[in-house]
Amino acid sequence: MRPPQNLGPAIETTELAKRYGNQTALAGLTMSVPRGEVFGFLGPNGAGKTTAIKLLVGLIRPSAGQGTLLGEPLGDRETRRRIGYLPELFRYQEWLTAREVLVLHSELAGIPSVMRARESDSALDTVGLVRRADDRVGTYSKGMQQRLGLAVALLGQPELVFLDEPTSALDPVGRHDVREVIRSLKQRGTTVFLNSHLLTEVEQVCDRVAVIDRGRVIAIGALDEVVGSASGVRVRVNGLTTVAEEQLRTHGGFTVEQDWYTFQAVSDEEVPALVANLVRLGGQVHAVERQTGSLESRFLELMEATGHS
Amino acid sequence: MIGAPIFVIARLTIREASRRRLLLAVVILTLVLIGATTWGFAILTSLPCRNGEPCSPIESKILAATLLILVAFMFSFILTLGAVFITAPAVVSEVESGVALAMLARPIRRSDVVIGKWLGLATILAGYTLVTTSIEFAAVSVFVGYTPPHPIMASTFLFAESLVMLTLALLCSTRLPPMTGGVVALILFGLAWIGGIARAVGEALGADTVRTIGQVTTLILPTDGLWRGALFSLEPSLLLQGAGSGRGFAANPFFAIGPPPPEYLAWAAAWVVAILGLAVFSFNRRQL
Repeated sequence: MRPPQNLGPAIETTELAKRYGNQTALAGLTMSVPRGEVFGFLGPNGAGKTTAIKLLVGLIRPSAGQGTLLGEPLGDRETRRRIGYLPELFRYQEWLTAREVLVLHSELAGIPSVMRARESDSALDTVGLVRRADDRVGTYSKGMQQRLGLAVALLGQPELVFLDEPTSALDPVGRHDVREVIRSLKQRGTTVFLNSHLLTEVEQVCDRVAVIDRGRVIAIGALDEVVGSASGVRVRVNGLTTVAEEQLRTHGGFTVEQDWYTFQAVSDEEVPALVANLVRLGGQVHAVERQTGSLESRFLELMEATGHS
Repeated sequence: MIGAPIFVIARLTIREASRRRLLLAVVILTLVLIGATTWGFAILTSLPCRNGEPCSPIESKILAATLLILVAFMFSFILTLGAVFITAPAVVSEVESGVALAMLARPIRRSDVVIGKWLGLATILAGYTLVTTSIEFAAVSVFVGYTPPHPIMASTFLFAESLVMLTLALLCSTRLPPMTGGVVALILFGLAWIGGIARAVGEALGADTVRTIGQVTTLILPTDGLWRGALFSLEPSLLLQGAGSGRGFAANPFFAIGPPPPEYLAWAAAWVVAILGLAVFSFNRRQL
């Protein structure tokens, strides 16, 4: 299933806000998520991520702002046939078996009765629960319940899947499996909206990310665009005098740790000039490393900039 | 199919009661109860009335009718309490546990959940009332030889009374934690019961204020009026003739001098619809 190219974004919001009495859960979310991408949704605790997902899925109504989901206004009931949702805090009826939970959700999703068994089996297979499919959910570990939650979200081959902390209860094998599921969803053209605290996980699977804080987007874009601004150059050099170090300020800010000099804002094109200058100033250059910024370092930087440190 | 999710939820509710062994436990205990009451009936109605002489047929019938009314009161108590216990957690526990989040993200209305649960629980109550009262009436008829005048009407009124409590507890369940919702519903039930007695006493003694207060109470929660409908359906004409126009009888919570008027029944039906509508409205506005 490839996303039709002529369609608009999977998700689009403009100043979407949610208030509970005097408390603002989401201040004004403006963003766009293209179809067929894996979109990472990041932010500190209390930033409004889960509230935003509930608004997008239509579980709660916005206090202000607007948005569309798969081209339809937020809250449109019929659109929910085309989405899958794994909530952050969820439980399924513990007295049902996993297979029965899936059949129940197939019925509620309006999947034709002739397809329900096949859809359920396929989802169970995808998340690796086939062997325990006929056991009651009450006997499942947290990790298995999370796998079941993922299976429920995948029912009916949705065009858009919301995963709210899908790996929080999983072991490393389970996390790996979830990443594989997300990749296969992307391959078949499904848009995945991933909310996760595990930034390395987001880095591995997401095409684009948005970082929100206090209910507003503070960074959004392709992963390398968001991370890229944190990249720099590390040079191992000795023999520089204090005066020489002062002259290095022309290459922007840098930090020194033993022999390692880290320049925060040096592009690829500027590296040869930097090395030449270090040599000219009497430095002996032993190593030059492009420091690729991680999402985590960029995230922490953003949080620091917004007063979270 | 329009409205299909309602039936999916209703079926799920019935299945939950069955899976959690609620139905099995209730059926076993009730059968034990019916056996015990029928045995008690047989013993009591075979006792001599005076000086070792057997009771006359009229005395036996009045005794059997009175005992059956007390058994019906026991059923009324079990049904109303049972309705509250199974309904008070129905919606709120699913919201608190997170079960509701995944379900409501499907293309269903919140009203489907509320009405589906109401329908499922009402079906359980209706089935329970029909089966247990039928067995009780049949057992008394076979072993004691007494059949109440309107057994089906009596069962219907008992069910209607429990349906009122179910609907009230469901409304509570859209907002209040299970324990609080259950306690609130039971306190209102107690108030309605005492209100019904106050109305009858006020009527018997000609105390208009007391009667009006009682009347208002039975309108706010129409359980006592429906209970009196069940009572009247179980009273043989002999018992009614014996009561005559005695004022004391009118105030007796185990005696009804006449059936509830059609207007009252219409009010009770409208009450159930309105409270169910209020439950839907309340759940629609609840934050998840």
